[in-house]
Amino acid sequence: MLPLWLIIALPLLGFVVTGLFGAKMPKPAAGAIASLMVGAAFVVALLHVLGGVPEKAISESVYTWIQIGNFKVDVSLLLDRLSAVMILIVTGIGFLIHVYSIGYMAHDHNDLEGTRYARFFSYLNLFIAFMALLVLADNYLLMFVGWEGVGLCSYFLIGFWFEREDAAEASKKAFIVNRIGDFGFLLGMLLIFLAVGSLNYQEVFAKVGELDSGTVGALGGATLITLLLALGAAGKSAQIPLYTWLPDAMAGPTPVSALIHAATMVTAGVYMCARSSVLFEAAPTTKLILCGIGAATALFAGLTALAHTDIKKVLAYSTVSQLGFMFMAVGAGAYIVAIFHVFTHAFFKACLFLGAGSVIHALGGEQDMRKMGGLAARMKTTNLTFMLSGLALAGAIPFAGFFSKDEIIGSVFAAGQAAGTNGIYAIFGSIGLLTALITAIYTGRQYSQVFLGESRWNATQHHGTEASDDKHAHHSVEPHESPAVMTIPLIILAVGAVFAGFLGFPNLPGVPESLHGFANFLAPVFASEHGEHAEHKANVVLLLIGAIIGWGGWIFGRGLGLKQAESAFWPESMSALSLDKVYNNTIVKLGYALAMAVRWIDENIVDGIVNGVGILVGQSAASLRLTQTSFVRNYALAMAVGGAMILAYFLTS
Amino acid sequence: MPTHYYLAISAALFTIGVMGVLLRRNAIVIFMCIELMLNAANLAFVATARHFALAGNIDPARAMSGQVFVFFVMTVAAAEVAVGLAIIVALFRNRSSIDVDDVNLLKY
Repeated sequence: MLPLWLIIALPLLGFVVTGLFGAKMPKPAAGAIASLMVGAAFVVALLHVLGGVPEKAISESVYTWIQIGNFKVDVSLLLDRLSAVMILIVTGIGFLIHVYSIGYMAHDHNDLEGTRYARFFSYLNLFIAFMALLVLADNYLLMFVGWEGVGLCSYFLIGFWFEREDAAEASKKAFIVNRIGDFGFLLGMLLIFLAVGSLNYQEVFAKVGELDSGTVGALGGATLITLLLALGAAGKSAQIPLYTWLPDAMAGPTPVSALIHAATMVTAGVYMCARSSVLFEAAPTTKLILCGIGAATALFAGLTALAHTDIKKVLAYSTVSQLGFMFMAVGAGAYIVAIFHVFTHAFFKACLFLGAGSVIHALGGEQDMRKMGGLAARMKTTNLTFMLSGLALAGAIPFAGFFSKDEIIGSVFAAGQAAGTNGIYAIFGSIGLLTALITAIYTGRQYSQVFLGESRWNATQHHGTEASDDKHAHHSVEPHESPAVMTIPLIILAVGAVFAGFLGFPNLPGVPESLHGFANFLAPVFASEHGEHAEHKANVVLLLIGAIIGWGGWIFGRGLGLKQAESAFWPESMSALSLDKVYNNTIVKLGYALAMAVRWIDENIVDGIVNGVGILVGQSAASLRLTQTSFVRNYALAMAVGGAMILAYFLTS
Repeated sequence: MPTHYYLAISAALFTIGVMGVLLRRNAIVIFMCIELMLNAANLAFVATARHFALAGNIDPARAMSGQVFVFFVMTVAAAEVAVGLAIIVALFRNRSSIDVDDVNLLKY
């Protein structure tokens, strides 16, 4: 069997090759090498999974990284069924997006030196390598390395068109907001180490009882630790209160939005929570808070998505909203369902983003949905794939999103019954249902606004403004279908968006085992702590409601998009939970004042001391140099006086 | 003659030498004054050597070291004169003067 580290090493090799030599290669070659490396990593992962990831995980120690006394961290990898699912998503969808990017990035008008194309792919490869490290790590510290690495790549890629101010600002914002979350993750990690003396998953989970004893127990034990970990997850996965960076991150190229800010990196927080399920199970309070945060984020982001007319912003808020669903699932203890939603969401959201990219590409950089419409006839493949994945996002039966979303809502209600806190969880579940309806409405609305109705792109000759993604073809607005290198990934993803849900068919009586294979596949990972949730029975009433909501919302939204094609559903101020404003008025202003105070101290006190020393030395030198008269006899006199003084000293003592 | 007579002359010669170096501007005269100081030291050496030899309370061989040291001083003085005069010649060629106050470039 091929070693696991190849999955990380291959994209890393691609990063080095395209990074160092890509600029000198013909353009498609750099893209092909990068895609090939990720494809090869996918094959390695797939071989492992097909070779049968046993119920006991494959673990592989590469080398010892740190050893200080009892503290030992190995660079060792772990492939159990949970990381297997994630690594297949990361490398598989990553590969498709790489292939798509070969076509999408080919006409980048910001690429004046001709070197950026290769740089884009080297960043993407580096991202895949770090993401694979994050997923495959077998201890928290190594996961943290990958965690920070993907954050770094996210920064690079959001700010890929760094000459655009919004992109540069957005990349900084993403990095800084994530830093807050990482701070929580780091503190959580330190507390775990303090309590258990190890960061290795197995060792930590085996000693989960010790978290509530001793110093750490006094501080807050498992609840505090999981809250800190959840803060980290909220940063990476864009949850309230740290979601604000994700919508801005749309300033990056669209494939980046698809790969990093929809399918993979933002789900790292969910993965981390699922990985730490043992800890979260020991902290019911955290789970409740997490579920609430997820529900609130899902609802507010869904409402905000209705207020936007930028095709990518709608998808961005939709991503935040769907991540909220995943957090609800984690909060309900339904980790398998959370990962299932990660899995289905990766397909349809990547497909939606890439479809949006295809539209933007076709319209020469236009991102405003008010200036789209009527594209269905022009772009048949994009239209079809966008519609199918849109239906999946809307949760229309029988597409992928329906199954995963319904499972989540079902498990939230079920968690309330199990925990005896029915009321609160029932509220969260109802919010989930409401959000599912909103999701279906904005998705249907977006689809019809972009693809149906009258074409509004002819009227707009002055498009492709600063927000443009791809600046070619400013002059001619003649939408055309994208090349095959872009449409084939769309088709594959759309197939996933249609059929991925069948892996997790609801657990109804009479449905064969094989149809909820996803849950059975993951069950061994989570078996020890909460077998009861894995076996939770689907609720037929909920399924019916979900089906009605999905299709009803979609059809209603479709009609809305046709009726108010020239506007948003409501102004942004109506719905946005304006955390940006709140942060600006509090944290940013406070930080600014603090910075000004420190600046004053620096300029006046610190610089005063430094300059004072300089002036002192300079002035004493100025007066001392007067003794250099150039008259030999002066020097001789000085010597004589000195000699006389020495003599006097010896004679008197 | 008692030894302190010689020492007094030695001190007088040394003082004259010091004053000459400090007060005169002619490089050659300064040079001669340096020689004067060296020879004052020589006189002190031989005088004290003789003093200790006559007193007989010291090993005669050690008492002779003062006499011998004078030769070293003379050798050093000769070498110094060779170097010093060469400097004065070079100075004269550059400045057409051997006044030390004319050499005054190295100042503030």
